[in-house]
Amino acid sequence: MPRRLLRNGRIDLDEWLYVEEAQAAGDGASPLILTFDRWRTEREQWIADDRRRLGVILAPADTVEQLIPDLARFALVGAAFSGPSEGRGYTQGRLLRERWKFGGELRATGYVHRDQLFFLARCGFNSFELPDSDLDHAYAALSTFSAAYQPANDAGLPLKLRRRLPDTPASA
Amino acid sequence: MYRYDLTDKTLVNERVAQFRAQTRAFLAGELTDDEFRHLRLRNGLYIQRHAPMLRVAIPYGLLSSVQLRALGDIARRYDRGYGHFTTRQNIQYNWPKLEEVPDILADLARVEMHAIQTSGNCIRNTTSDHLAGVTPNELEDPRPWCEIIRQWSTFHPEFTYLPRKFKIAVTGAPQDRAASLVHDVGVHIVRGPGGELGFEILAGGGLGRTPIIGQVVRDFLPREHLLSYLEAILRIYNLEGRRDNLTKARIKILVKSLGIEEFRRRVEAEWELVRDGGLRIDEAEVARMRGFFAPPAYRSLEDIDPTIGPDGVNPGGAGKGAAFKAWYRYNTVAHKVPGYRAVYVSLKKPDVPPGDATDAQLELLADLADRYSFGEARVTHTQNLLFADVEQRDAFELWRTLDAAGLATPNIGTLTDMICCPGLDFCSLANAGSLDVAKLINERFDDYDYLYDLGEIDVKMSGCMNACGHHHVGAIGILGVDKGGQEWYQITIGGAAGADASLGTVIGPSVAKQDVAETIARLLDVYVERRTPEERFLDTVRRLGVKPFKERVYAAPVAA
Repeated sequence: MPRRLLRNGRIDLDEWLYVEEAQAAGDGASPLILTFDRWRTEREQWIADDRRRLGVILAPADTVEQLIPDLARFALVGAAFSGPSEGRGYTQGRLLRERWKFGGELRATGYVHRDQLFFLARCGFNSFELPDSDLDHAYAALSTFSAAYQPANDAGLPLKLRRRLPDTPASA
Repeated sequence: MYRYDLTDKTLVNERVAQFRAQTRAFLAGELTDDEFRHLRLRNGLYIQRHAPMLRVAIPYGLLSSVQLRALGDIARRYDRGYGHFTTRQNIQYNWPKLEEVPDILADLARVEMHAIQTSGNCIRNTTSDHLAGVTPNELEDPRPWCEIIRQWSTFHPEFTYLPRKFKIAVTGAPQDRAASLVHDVGVHIVRGPGGELGFEILAGGGLGRTPIIGQVVRDFLPREHLLSYLEAILRIYNLEGRRDNLTKARIKILVKSLGIEEFRRRVEAEWELVRDGGLRIDEAEVARMRGFFAPPAYRSLEDIDPTIGPDGVNPGGAGKGAAFKAWYRYNTVAHKVPGYRAVYVSLKKPDVPPGDATDAQLELLADLADRYSFGEARVTHTQNLLFADVEQRDAFELWRTLDAAGLATPNIGTLTDMICCPGLDFCSLANAGSLDVAKLINERFDDYDYLYDLGEIDVKMSGCMNACGHHHVGAIGILGVDKGGQEWYQITIGGAAGADASLGTVIGPSVAKQDVAETIARLLDVYVERRTPEERFLDTVRRLGVKPFKERVYAAPVAA
């Protein structure tokens, strides 16, 4: 059964497989997600074998800048949340979207619950791996607030937010 | 003061609805304790020793009479008839029922208040000078900037899951009445090279287990860049602050480990990339915010001494005259407008826990604010209240009413104007009681002639090393420690929280609870013997060092 996730504001089936999942399933065709750590170790061989689309997940301690030279190789970039107090991924998301103009799928994975979704979405995430019990509430969670004070990335929210300050311009 | 528009109202109401749903889910067993913990903590709700504790935000300490009345109403309806004001200008309720907290939040929302980000690892309430806008030598009223920061920091999507809590204080006068040097970030309004107003930015101050005085990150920041600079600091902290050890997670540890130069280099590099983004504050927004804090309609008056009535005698007469005079001297301070005075409401009555006010007192203060101070009051970081704009000619009437309500203890700035955390009586973190020690100190030092002779002394007491009572920056600091299940107290001297902030020095081994007051008496004896004229206790400690004080305290055992 493919994984269910919230993506672009709706519950969706995940066509991506983590590389370990693909190996276990003997899947040779699905697009693959690997950790940034693994990418760094096996970079040359993944570049040589360019038949599959690739996604990469940043660990909390990975810096976005380390990924930038290879950013164009990825259709999906994710941030891993290791627990309820891990917050570096929020900054990683904003930097990818605002500073490095990443336009692909930006995924939150790990400890991701419905009450984080509004903030994650405002940081540019459009794809969320949630516990199944949260999935049905997740779309509503994106609409928890209909206003915001700060400029950020709100493309992924269902509502147009009431706001005083303008969107983050391209220069940020 | 600032009034909510549709954006503010929408956000606060939606937060109430969100928390109501979260509480319902928790009570229905759909959320685990741990899952709910992370949610309630962003709404100021702690689980304490006896009951939940709800901390309500009072942005930069400013309250309308309508809000004061609502706080009194909440104290009566949902609590046991009182609230506790904190060193960060907030109010805490110690006895709410969990299932009623959503109703409390709804009541607060109706008067434009909330408990958003009053706990948890996020940006907390922005605090400021309680004399903002009325103190004579202020460069600029800091409150419009506080409100700008409040809005930027509320539900900031990137900084809601920081390594640890984050506190910002803003001042606009040379005197620092907001303890900004022991905040994660201190913002000081200063003049730039061309005489224009901007900000000095400090970072890395804090108390707790590792007390550190904040250091200057930037000595002059043009005003339009305040938010982008704060965002750069927060971003560096969010990415690089430690998350592996709770006790090393505050920004002070990051600043200390990188060194201020490297920390500054990283912040400035990040700021260069964000400074011209959407956070630039334009003059129209500054003017709009200033409009909310415009001076009230002061009358054209001349300064008078209200302790000398028109007939040349004290209006209190032979009986109450001396008490009124003492109160006027100690509990009121200068105002920039002739004929006005800023009036402290002392919440340090000897037999009451420091910082506590009852429902009836809160409602009375609301009425007095309406009658005497343009319908506003403020919370001070020393856990008192303040009417900022009182006509000097009203001082006697105001005093009579406050005195009858137990709110005119003439001790502001003296030894018994103690800062004190709730301690072991309420707090689940505390190692030792603080309220009962405050009571013992009050019983020992009940002679006002002696207190006035001692002059200005900040006594600050915390029931554990988390330092909610700011003991490190007390001229006399008292820290409760647990020794083999017994409550003991470590004494420090020489701390200060103002513009000349310094950390106190431990005088020696901790003392038993019943010996705290005698220990303080011995410290004061050394001061009285060795002081020069006009020297405060703090100055004498700084001049002499700890040694003579230490020798006196430990020279002889305290008689039981």
